[in-house]
Amino acid sequence: MLDIKNLHAGIEGKEILHGLTLHVGTGEVHAIMGPNGSGKSTLANVLAGRPKYEVSSGSVTFEGKDLLAMKTEERAREGVFLAMQYPVEIPGVNNVYFLKAAVNAVRKHQGLEEYDAMEFLQIARDKMKLVDLDEAFINRGVNEGFSGGEKKRNEIFQMAVLDPKLAILDETDSGLDIDALKIVANGVNTLRSEKHSVLVITHYQRLLSYLVPDFVHVLAEGRIVKSGGKELAEELEQRGYEWIEQEVATAR
Amino acid sequence: MSVAAPEHDLATVREQAAQRFMQLGWPTTQWEEWRYTNVSSLAKTPWRRAEPSASVPEKSRHPEAAAELVFVNGNLVESRGGQGIVASRPELDRHFARYADYQRHPFTALNTANSTDGALIVIPDGAVVEGFIHILFVGDGDGVWSHPHNVIVAGRNSQVTVVETYVGTGAYFTNTVTEIVAGDGAVVDHYKIECESLAASHIATLQIHQERSSSVTSRQISLGGGLVRNEVNVALAGEGASVTLDGLFALTGTQHVDNHTVIDHVKPHCTSLELYKGVLDGKSRGIFDGRIVVREGAQKTSSRQTNHNLLLSETAIVDSKPTLEILNDDVKCNHGSTIGQLNEEALFYLRARGIEEAEARSLLVLAFAGEIIDRMKVDAVRTHVRRVMFEAMPQHLPKRPGETR
Repeated sequence: MLDIKNLHAGIEGKEILHGLTLHVGTGEVHAIMGPNGSGKSTLANVLAGRPKYEVSSGSVTFEGKDLLAMKTEERAREGVFLAMQYPVEIPGVNNVYFLKAAVNAVRKHQGLEEYDAMEFLQIARDKMKLVDLDEAFINRGVNEGFSGGEKKRNEIFQMAVLDPKLAILDETDSGLDIDALKIVANGVNTLRSEKHSVLVITHYQRLLSYLVPDFVHVLAEGRIVKSGGKELAEELEQRGYEWIEQEVATAR
Repeated sequence: MSVAAPEHDLATVREQAAQRFMQLGWPTTQWEEWRYTNVSSLAKTPWRRAEPSASVPEKSRHPEAAAELVFVNGNLVESRGGQGIVASRPELDRHFARYADYQRHPFTALNTANSTDGALIVIPDGAVVEGFIHILFVGDGDGVWSHPHNVIVAGRNSQVTVVETYVGTGAYFTNTVTEIVAGDGAVVDHYKIECESLAASHIATLQIHQERSSSVTSRQISLGGGLVRNEVNVALAGEGASVTLDGLFALTGTQHVDNHTVIDHVKPHCTSLELYKGVLDGKSRGIFDGRIVVREGAQKTSSRQTNHNLLLSETAIVDSKPTLEILNDDVKCNHGSTIGQLNEEALFYLRARGIEEAEARSLLVLAFAGEIIDRMKVDAVRTHVRRVMFEAMPQHLPKRPGETR
């Protein structure tokens, strides 16, 4: 599904990813872990097409197509979803209007019939239950006045409605209490299927207890330095990141 | 209502106004109040009157209005409804040019000297007008000027909503004056929807005189016109009166819109709330020049004046000048202004969910303008304004499926 080859990218002239290579197969859940400053968020933002991030070399293909050549909105329509680390508040843009416009843009692009107002509301209601969001939220401004946890749950709610092929979770677990964490994990687990892939970017192992990944990768200094199964996450939790950093330093 | 009505001969007033305009002359940018707006092009044009010629654009009408008056090039061509609203001549004589000061304002003098037709709306004491009264002004033809002069008198504890709409085609010049007198406890909701031709010039003065405990809302929406000046002058002349001034100007191309407001707190316990929002694209220029005066005797005044502007291009210009003059120390006043651009983070967020960049921008623009549009109480007018805003800025404004157009 997703093929990242020797990716060099950064922001404002500063290279942060120094040749990252990663393959995510269809139906797989990958976790990318790493210390602060290792390039985790840069990776998420480059994949989603956030302006100001520059790719200097390397390639990213999504279902055989050149992802980097696509505009931000095209990536979303192709089925890439980024749950943001810091979801922005957009007062005056109504949640329900926005999400309906988004889901129909995606569906139209994928040759599916657009939802009418009734269908959409029904789906939205079902998915809100999944993430335990109050229905009153739906008529408010996007993220307006939401708490940190509500914003993260809103990201998962949007993900559930948009039904992406590849979901990228950029530190969605940070700042969540255990209940919210379970809700987020549950939302993602519901999406999990042989057709959906998930890339979970996180600093901590915590979320991975509920959202068990197929593969775990360690990102350090802009490269994947170690890959393994779910047990790697547990090892990182116990031993921290220092031993990996030392390994990298020794290998150099 | 404390309106003195001695001899007030219309012909004499016109003559005096004409003389006064000769003395004052056309304003220049040397005048402090006109420093942002150059009207020399107006002064040079040999304007002429014209008979009504254009057919009235159906989409500008409001069939649902309780009463509708239509003027073409300043001439009354249609009048529907309004029994008991349109008053007799003595009422006009009593109020005409009593509040809008032609001694100080050249365009008011020009209007007063030249006006022929206008709407006179007199609401008797205690009367509540259901729905709204629509006054439609259509300008037509290059070099044509018109000077509508409207007088709205709301009696004690009466209630009325009046909507003025300005549309047209060609390089004409509308110089309009509206005087509102709100008697004790009267509630007046006034809209001016300016959608003039982009080649047209529009100079408008709204003069509001408020008695005790009256409540007036003015909504000035500027979407059209090449050269536009909106003056709103409010006298809070009775205790406990309150005024709300809402403004929205959404400009593109080389449009120039100058909003000039003065709120005069004469009496104690009055409230004024002012919010003007500007959206500027292309090489347009917008101005907010607002002054609030709190006189020595106006204790317990509460006043808030705000102007927010959104710049969509690097070539658009906005000047924001909120001013407070407070002459006593028992008041609660604040003012502020901002000039910003579209929030890049918000734009990315919307796009990252699959929404086209142009539509995402439009959603954010509409969200910004929505604060003013959404609180317009007349449904038909609110829908109309939103639609015209879409048409005026097609590259920025979204389709909203399901909305009646």
